[in-house]
Amino acid sequence: MKNEAKYENKIVLSNVGNIDPTNINDYIETRGYEAAKKIVSNEYTPLNVIDIIKNSGLRGRGGAGFPTGAKWEFTAKEKADKKFIVCNADEGEPGTFKDRLILEGDPHRILEGMIIAGYAVGAQKGFIYIRGEYSTAIERITNAIKDAYEKHYLGNSILGSSFNFDIEIKKGAGSYVCGEETSLIESIEGKRGNPRIKPPYPGQKGLWNYPTVVNNVETIANVAPILLNGADWFKSFGTEKSPGTKIFTLIGNVKNPGVVELPFGITLREIIFGFGGGISNDRKLKAIHLGGASGAVYDGSILDVPLDYDALKEKEGMLGSGAVLVMDEETDMRKYLKNVLEFFKHESCGQCVPCRIGTARLCEMADDIIEKGGKEVNIEYMKHLTDVMFKSSLCPLGQSVIMPVKSIFKYFNNEF
Amino acid sequence: MKIDTILSKYEPKSENLIQILHDIQDHTEGNYLKEEDLEKVADYLKIPKSRVNGVVEFYSMFSKKPRGKYVIRLCKSPPCFVKGAFNMLDELKSQLEIDVNETTKDGLFTIETTSCLGVCDEAPVMSINNKIYGKLDSAKIKKIIENYRKGKSEI
Repeated sequence: MKNEAKYENKIVLSNVGNIDPTNINDYIETRGYEAAKKIVSNEYTPLNVIDIIKNSGLRGRGGAGFPTGAKWEFTAKEKADKKFIVCNADEGEPGTFKDRLILEGDPHRILEGMIIAGYAVGAQKGFIYIRGEYSTAIERITNAIKDAYEKHYLGNSILGSSFNFDIEIKKGAGSYVCGEETSLIESIEGKRGNPRIKPPYPGQKGLWNYPTVVNNVETIANVAPILLNGADWFKSFGTEKSPGTKIFTLIGNVKNPGVVELPFGITLREIIFGFGGGISNDRKLKAIHLGGASGAVYDGSILDVPLDYDALKEKEGMLGSGAVLVMDEETDMRKYLKNVLEFFKHESCGQCVPCRIGTARLCEMADDIIEKGGKEVNIEYMKHLTDVMFKSSLCPLGQSVIMPVKSIFKYFNNEF
Repeated sequence: MKIDTILSKYEPKSENLIQILHDIQDHTEGNYLKEEDLEKVADYLKIPKSRVNGVVEFYSMFSKKPRGKYVIRLCKSPPCFVKGAFNMLDELKSQLEIDVNETTKDGLFTIETTSCLGVCDEAPVMSINNKIYGKLDSAKIKKIIENYRKGKSEI
């Protein structure tokens, strides 16, 4: 990794690249499973664990930034025969590969986080849903689960306690929308990944209608370190409302693309021109697509905004998955818009009309822009259509098309 | 591997459908799912054939059409698009003399496009079966294909 000393990985990626991910003892030597051991041996009650996670201010790293402690608390309060922990490893957001690195480089960290989550909410079974394309990650997690069972870190009476916890891996089969939590649940149940109507939320009725916590890989990777080092330690990183670090994947027309873990509050200038070494081929920066395909596209005016979950709401965008796609002055924004819309059209599950028809219509109109020029196309109507989709689509796929479309028209208006 | 051997590895619960389909496809020559196998899966799991079909059609990794021994999947999502993925697609099409979703006459290669493969710092990227190839350019694609023709997956 470039500029290693200055951009060290602090929490989530501390082991990645430094331990042998196929050897459980390597993980144990980095104080691995220590937090889980402490917790399940009743040193902490489930409520203590939830309080610590709540106090830490940890927010969901999948993109939405929902407070993790609150999510756990909802499920902990539910009375049910069974509860489930689901680790969302269906990383499909274009430009994002942080979860893959964690799964491949530190798989036991995920198992430990899930054990802790299970104890906190009263679940005895966890599923890791990994996208089918991630064959190395699937292999590493499969082996890690096997090794953890051999050591009695999974199964009945784990880690010398009376707590039982099992983890099973489920492989996806190529579908972006399955990253949405209710679609993911449908897929674990062996169905098409069509999202469910919310409420009820998975916290109340999730997998097979039992209370279910769905957490992203990066979120879960934060759990054991927080329990080991305390909420105050965690809060010493990042900003007041978004404590901790975030993994950014820097890609596109930059000199040094790659992955870096940085505290919230960092700016895109630091990421792109510091870590990334600036724009490749001595060209100028034109656009930044932030947070994956479903995020907003900005021009250079965004460079000095300190990044956290709330700052970007004011800018009609989101930090999302932490993908930072850089485009240089040669990029044709009309063609880029078309490419983004093609992605959504392809990945729309087709269940709800606004998304199915909306993405198709937007693609046709984007084609017309390229063929006939922007003046011939009713761009106001395209914006209106994304408003309709935002208000009436069933899930975040259709709802989020508004962000790239409106921001491209706003910041790159002169190209249309 | 015979279909019955594969099925017997799984409990007959409908939640195992996707995992079973993966397993069958991975063990079928031509990397696809045969109509008669899907019927057996439906019987085994005691679910309607339409449900099996619905799942097969929904997920992009499954195919009901025979494919080549090597399925090339080129990423066309925004990060690869910015790094020239469509030029690489043209390159693949002209080198293999087939279009997207077609298979070469010798049965070796099928070209498909895919959404993000999660290796974006090496864009443009493609996968061949389970192996990832990044930082593609015309010369690299040529070499990769030549090597596969000779039966080697390394570059």
